[in-house]
Amino acid sequence: MTTRYKIGIVIAVLVALALVAPYTNSFVILLITRALVLAILAMSLDILLGFAGLPSLGQAAYLGVGAYLAAILATKYQFGLGLGFWLVVVLGALLGAATAAFFGLFAIRASGVYFLMITLALGQCVWGLAYRWNSLTGGDNGLNLPGRPEFGIRLADDITWFWVVFGFFVASLGILYVLVKSPFGRSLEGIREREVRMRILGYNTWLHKYVAFIIAGGFGGLAGVLWATTNGHVSPEDVVLTTSVDALLMVVLGGSGTLVGGAIGAGVVLFLREYLSTLVPWWQYALGGVYVLAILYLPGGLMSIPALLKQRRAAPAPAAAQTLAAAPP
Amino acid sequence: MIKGTAMTKPTTHAPLLIASLALGMSLAPAGASADELRIGMLAPLTGPFAQVGKDMTNGFEMYLEEAKGGFGGATIKYILEDEQAKPQVSVLKAEKVIRQDKVHMFVGGVLASSGYAIAPVSTREKTVYLPSIPAADDLTQRESAKYPYLVRTGWTSSQPTHPFGKWACEQGYKRVAVIAADYAFGYETVGGFQKSFEDCGGKIIQKIWPPLGTIDFGPFIPTIKQDADAIFTLMVGPMSLQFPKQLAAAGISKPVIGGGTSYDEFALPSMGDEVIGHVSALQYSAALDTPRNVAFVKKYREKYGKVPSYFSESNYTTAQMIDEAMKQAGGKWPGTEQFVALISKVKVDAPRGPVYLDEFRNPVHNIYIKKVEKKKMFGYDKDELWNTVIKTYPAVGQFWTYGKEEFLKQPVYSREFPPCKYCE
Repeated sequence: MTTRYKIGIVIAVLVALALVAPYTNSFVILLITRALVLAILAMSLDILLGFAGLPSLGQAAYLGVGAYLAAILATKYQFGLGLGFWLVVVLGALLGAATAAFFGLFAIRASGVYFLMITLALGQCVWGLAYRWNSLTGGDNGLNLPGRPEFGIRLADDITWFWVVFGFFVASLGILYVLVKSPFGRSLEGIREREVRMRILGYNTWLHKYVAFIIAGGFGGLAGVLWATTNGHVSPEDVVLTTSVDALLMVVLGGSGTLVGGAIGAGVVLFLREYLSTLVPWWQYALGGVYVLAILYLPGGLMSIPALLKQRRAAPAPAAAQTLAAAPP
Repeated sequence: MIKGTAMTKPTTHAPLLIASLALGMSLAPAGASADELRIGMLAPLTGPFAQVGKDMTNGFEMYLEEAKGGFGGATIKYILEDEQAKPQVSVLKAEKVIRQDKVHMFVGGVLASSGYAIAPVSTREKTVYLPSIPAADDLTQRESAKYPYLVRTGWTSSQPTHPFGKWACEQGYKRVAVIAADYAFGYETVGGFQKSFEDCGGKIIQKIWPPLGTIDFGPFIPTIKQDADAIFTLMVGPMSLQFPKQLAAAGISKPVIGGGTSYDEFALPSMGDEVIGHVSALQYSAALDTPRNVAFVKKYREKYGKVPSYFSESNYTTAQMIDEAMKQAGGKWPGTEQFVALISKVKVDAPRGPVYLDEFRNPVHNIYIKKVEKKKMFGYDKDELWNTVIKTYPAVGQFWTYGKEEFLKQPVYSREFPPCKYCE
């Protein structure tokens, strides 16, 4: 399948989503909006996990930084309730990037499990601040935003807000796609596959990973501003470790190193957790089952299904060998 | 280590699947019939608070069963949602019951933070919200103007500890050390106690804040001041089981007094004899010896196999108050504003005693000072731990005796307020 054909499919899906979403019921549109925000977070993590090979357990920190920035500006300074909102979006992304730039100084030295632990610890620092800095963050009670911005256009309307989030999602997808296809993205993949070789070839691998870390933080911050505005509420629960783990699971479930996979993972996880839980009491088993099955049979995530099917159809015997080769070491 | 498989770039049809799922979901449920009252219940059904959620729904559902044909003849449609004891999930589930199920009102939430998170949803969606458990003070105090459709049927955190501080002072305690869970509910409970205790001449000489969910109190117990007359504790969930055990193991035999959740019937049956003699304050005790409560406890216990906790009683009473308001409305949904007006004037004889609402729509009810005793009650043949009521403060409101103007002038109770003047 050619790249052009694949892009075509993604665009077709996005158009379909845009056509369908406004006609869903008013609860489902909220779910879709939330899924799109988490999709941005998952894609930002995919830059680290899927392309640079850095499994971060601290991505919720950037979501938190962005979300708290939006909430604090709105509640304490009444800023960002009008056109200023667009500035808040930019500031949120910048603050996320700045936080990542700071954390990256500590985290990028490590790799593998050590990287996991350091990012976990740094993420928990942000949680600790949110939880304990009562005067600024409202502590455990969190902060309530006064309502979505209004500037001639009322973002409080859920369909309008969906379009805004959809726009940011498409833009993020586009920017990140261009990024991973660029020489920079290619060298990240090289680092993931064999960092020593890249270093010998003369690449500054530390700097590459550091820049990727900052970019991921920036998109995390953007997702944070959108998250706070979607929910109208921020609490330390948004920054807690499980949010980071969720993001990681979304990427792994969808297929890491594919960008779109993170978005699909976000959609599936949110659907199972927030929609299925309104229908049946055993939603947790369904979610757990999906994770286990995906890890056992789809190490490449949901995104690897079409390729697997194709291989199986083409030639059963070599397909097995190829699957093995494709599986992570 | 997790690595991607980017070398095999697969394409996907999965988004199509999601889009078609979304299409399927777009079929909204049918509209409402005239005499149907739709109530959404938000309770944690999974996670560490699942048992609390069980107590909540048991209480509410028991009343619904008892009052079949009640509610002025309206049929009740009861929609239960798992709010997972997480603020952001509560918000989503509140939106779900409002938008998809078109409920007239929703009840519940557990944590104070969930209460704060869903209160604005009720304002935004113009839907009645009855926080039966979330006790955050400001929901019906400094911020109550923001939430015109919020009617609290539970309590405020500092409501029981205001009279409790006075009681402790009257027992002759002069110097009290506090050890309480480190979050807003802890601050507010302790704040209420400290204010009335110190106004009466007592001194809080120490405040220790173990994090919420602490399992080992080993590092905290030795720091409790030896010259304190009593220890005030506020524990929640598994903390309440562990703390008295470790306190007894450390050989500390000072009087222990505490916030209601430390010894609530939710945890009491799992506690050991070390809690005998501990005193706490709350608006409900299962050992309350009134005919109304005895009948309630017996029926509840027969039905669900355990003694009702305050979580059960609070939700049972919530349903009773809805019933009363609907009776006055003649079984027809009177509209959101009108319903709030009606329920604000309701007076019920609940298991906890008489309950009515103040002008901020927070309950005025008895506060019971309760002592843990091991005895037989209500004709049950085994010796069990019960919260024997040793003193009743009748009709206690959220401002205690301070008067609302004076009270609302001070900031909400927090880690820093009231300041610890006598801490050494």
